[in-house]
Amino acid sequence: MTASRTITVTVNGRRYERTVEPRLLLADFLRHTLGLTGTHVGCEHGVCGACTVIVDGDSVRACLMFAVQLDGRTIETVEGLGGPGKLNALQEAFRAHHALQCGFCTPGMLMTATDLLRKRPLATDDEIRDGLSGNLCRCTGYEHIVKAIRAVVGPAPSGTAANAATDD
Amino acid sequence: MTDAAHLRPKMIGASVPRTEDARLLTGRGAFVDDRKLPDALHVAFVRSIHPHARIRAIDATRALAAPGVAAVYTAADLEDVVPPIRATSRMSGYYATPILPLALGKVRYVGEPVVAILAESRYLAEDALELVEIDYEALPMAIDPETAARPDAPLLHEAAGTNILLTREFKRGDAEGDIAMAPVRVKGRFRMRRRTPAAIEVRACAADYDAGRDALTLYAATQIPGILRDALAQIFDLPGHRLRVVAPDVGGGFGGKASLYPEEILTCLAARQLGRAVKWTGDRVEDLTATSQAFDEIIDAELAVDSQGRVLGLTADAIGDVGAYSIYPWTAALEPVQVVSFLPGPYRVPSYRGRVRAVATPKAPTGPYRGVGRPVSTFVIERLMDMAAREIGIDPLEIRRRNLVADDEFPYKVASGLVWDKSGFHACLEQACAAIGYDALRARQAEARAAGRWFGIGIASYAELTGIGSRISAAPGMPINTGTETASIRIDSTGAVTAAFGVAAHGQGLETTLAQVVAEHLGARLADIRIVQGDSDAVGGGTGTYASRSTVLAGGAAIRAADGLREKVLQVASHLLEAAPRDLVAADGRVTVVGTDRSVTFREVARAVYAEMGRLPPEAREELAVTRNYDPILGTTSCATHIAALEIDPQTYIVRIERYVVAEDCGRIINPLIVDGQVHGGVAQGIGAALYEEVIHDENGQILTGSFVDYVVPAAGDIPPIEVVHVESMSPTTLGGFRGMGEGGTIGAPAAIANAVADALAPLGVDVFELPVTPARLFRLIANAQARS
Repeated sequence: MTASRTITVTVNGRRYERTVEPRLLLADFLRHTLGLTGTHVGCEHGVCGACTVIVDGDSVRACLMFAVQLDGRTIETVEGLGGPGKLNALQEAFRAHHALQCGFCTPGMLMTATDLLRKRPLATDDEIRDGLSGNLCRCTGYEHIVKAIRAVVGPAPSGTAANAATDD
Repeated sequence: MTDAAHLRPKMIGASVPRTEDARLLTGRGAFVDDRKLPDALHVAFVRSIHPHARIRAIDATRALAAPGVAAVYTAADLEDVVPPIRATSRMSGYYATPILPLALGKVRYVGEPVVAILAESRYLAEDALELVEIDYEALPMAIDPETAARPDAPLLHEAAGTNILLTREFKRGDAEGDIAMAPVRVKGRFRMRRRTPAAIEVRACAADYDAGRDALTLYAATQIPGILRDALAQIFDLPGHRLRVVAPDVGGGFGGKASLYPEEILTCLAARQLGRAVKWTGDRVEDLTATSQAFDEIIDAELAVDSQGRVLGLTADAIGDVGAYSIYPWTAALEPVQVVSFLPGPYRVPSYRGRVRAVATPKAPTGPYRGVGRPVSTFVIERLMDMAAREIGIDPLEIRRRNLVADDEFPYKVASGLVWDKSGFHACLEQACAAIGYDALRARQAEARAAGRWFGIGIASYAELTGIGSRISAAPGMPINTGTETASIRIDSTGAVTAAFGVAAHGQGLETTLAQVVAEHLGARLADIRIVQGDSDAVGGGTGTYASRSTVLAGGAAIRAADGLREKVLQVASHLLEAAPRDLVAADGRVTVVGTDRSVTFREVARAVYAEMGRLPPEAREELAVTRNYDPILGTTSCATHIAALEIDPQTYIVRIERYVVAEDCGRIINPLIVDGQVHGGVAQGIGAALYEEVIHDENGQILTGSFVDYVVPAAGDIPPIEVVHVESMSPTTLGGFRGMGEGGTIGAPAAIANAVADALAPLGVDVFELPVTPARLFRLIANAQARS
């Protein structure tokens, strides 16, 4: 095994210095080294999106990165959104629209949605669905998740809501 | 209920936000793998690479010497320690396969645990896996269930003497005779391919061992903590108070976490033997290969109708491929037997014969999966109804109108012996049609067809037995009583309410809905109520959450216990307020003398009972706690109609679902938002079963769908917006009027999609007999049809 390395990362605004094995996955580093278990692991091969976090402003899969790649970088996880007593607007919308059931995919959904909301206009519900296509949810059928994100963005311009039967 | 009950605010029926959400939205949930157990060992499993092979020798010397490895287990180490457990049943001719934590003598499916390695970390345990050398002798096998059912097929369990683990037949009247005489007959060989539940949280468990008490606590991602506790207590010969099973936050189940698994037995055993906590966190490959799978039936079915489309008779011969073991506690009968017992559906079927054989094959065991049997039976009967309608030239809507059990025919005894209680069969059909604008949709279809487009509409109606009580086994002949639930509600000395149940939520929001029931019946404030569930220590006996039972059974128990506790509260309050209990009403955490402003809070009542001396006469100071059971005896009926409108892309063969409407009757609704969510999620899984999801084995028994790249779970873009209409008719048979509704979405969707695809392709003479209809299958169906014409 290759020698461990010391890395410095900023997670949700707090600086951590830790010595880690080069093979340690970012997901395991967050969960088990730092104890930030809000980031969940669903497939360990980059498909389900449950482990999505934001690194230097872009959403990434924490199961597809090694912790050592994060040296000197900035990470946002679900714990950095609002806390239980003070949900942020996105979390509040998820709650109001029942956009979570078991809650396991939820942290990844929230981080992907956070990234989408910063970068994309999300003018149509199809655009929201497209943006979520890398995050699997087995409970909700996605409908309430789309509604929650729509509520944060504001109403879709008329005629573009995916709820209307699309006529050709 | 007291006379003043109508004065209380209504909590049942309100879309209150969920209690669970704050922690789950902020990363503060507590799933099994989130739990840090000091000094825990991690276990990893060497799993079989063969579908059927004799284990000649296992050499784990190198693994045992690897860095961080603390112990290695093989079946030989367990022989005198862990007795096999069997899913017994009273069914005649049934063979209960022995279940062991590690394969003994031979392996029976790819993915079966063979060796367990315990190490200081998950990484180190996995490092050592490849150091184990297993000498296998591949054995002949029959991977196909029809081949496996033949008398000369290689045996998976020699002691059974056959691969047919059970056969069962249901019969009413002379179905063959009626069919032979009938003017219109339709038939087909239907096939529903194997699928897997694929919860996003993979299975995991962690055993904490208390050497001082020789006591184990197993934290498990499970739907059945009570059943696990009882089974593990039996295996380890421990009293229940030294073996506790906790299902903390659980990341979805859908049936995949509703059985006893080898990993759970091994984890407990190792923790006890090594005197240390032991944790197992599975990965997705393990989940896709070794979590219980579902469906996998071949059904030859024939339906006869008269010239008006009225059903005369129905026959079915089904083979269920149940995989390598008869799963605990449900048995191999669970899925295939329910396919034939539910096949007559919500229709008047005067004569019926349904026969099923459950066949063992070298694949992962099948087990409960959302809908159990009914997604498949509904697929078959709904396809046959459409085929019959087409044969006599009536609309699919019309044939259902003519055959659905009518409102004045309830309770209706189904040909297989089930009984439907009064439920909105016709109301669901009509309201689904109204919601989707059925006639206008048919007009649009005519235009699309005229333009050569493949546009189809599919209807599926179904009924399901939910909230089953003690008179009916959840699985045929199973000796566990799944028909009773306990609610234990207590007001403590601060006035806070704790209500404990044997159920185990994994996304259903029971911490919210059960609190709504308790709040309404007790007259407490929602915020003052904590629901304890998912813990075998919560009540004396409980089984868990599966089979659309929790709202009916735990909800009924909650009503009984809360009503009883309210009477106690009123008794105490009557002393404090110097008023007769019948003049008091409890609401919003306060007891008020009706028509006055005199009141006491629950907190004051609690203080009077527990803390204040001399405020109450001694005989009035009984603990503010009530425990009650509820048993719905037979259970109740839920039903729905699904309608899908879709179009098939002629270039890519991708199916685009344009509209999807569900009209459902789940009885009295506790939380409409949660009901919508359950329907959406169920439909999404049904769409998966119809179009995408399939566990594929090659002819050598190797599983080809061991990743989420190969096993396709629908993403947001694959699922259309789903419109839900609630036909809320109170169940006449259950306390509270609730009907179960967790599974329904998955039951209706495969049939509705199959009918819509068949409808879209009807001009080409294509019919749908097999699900999922992937683009590849559609391509072949259409190419074959075009070659024929």
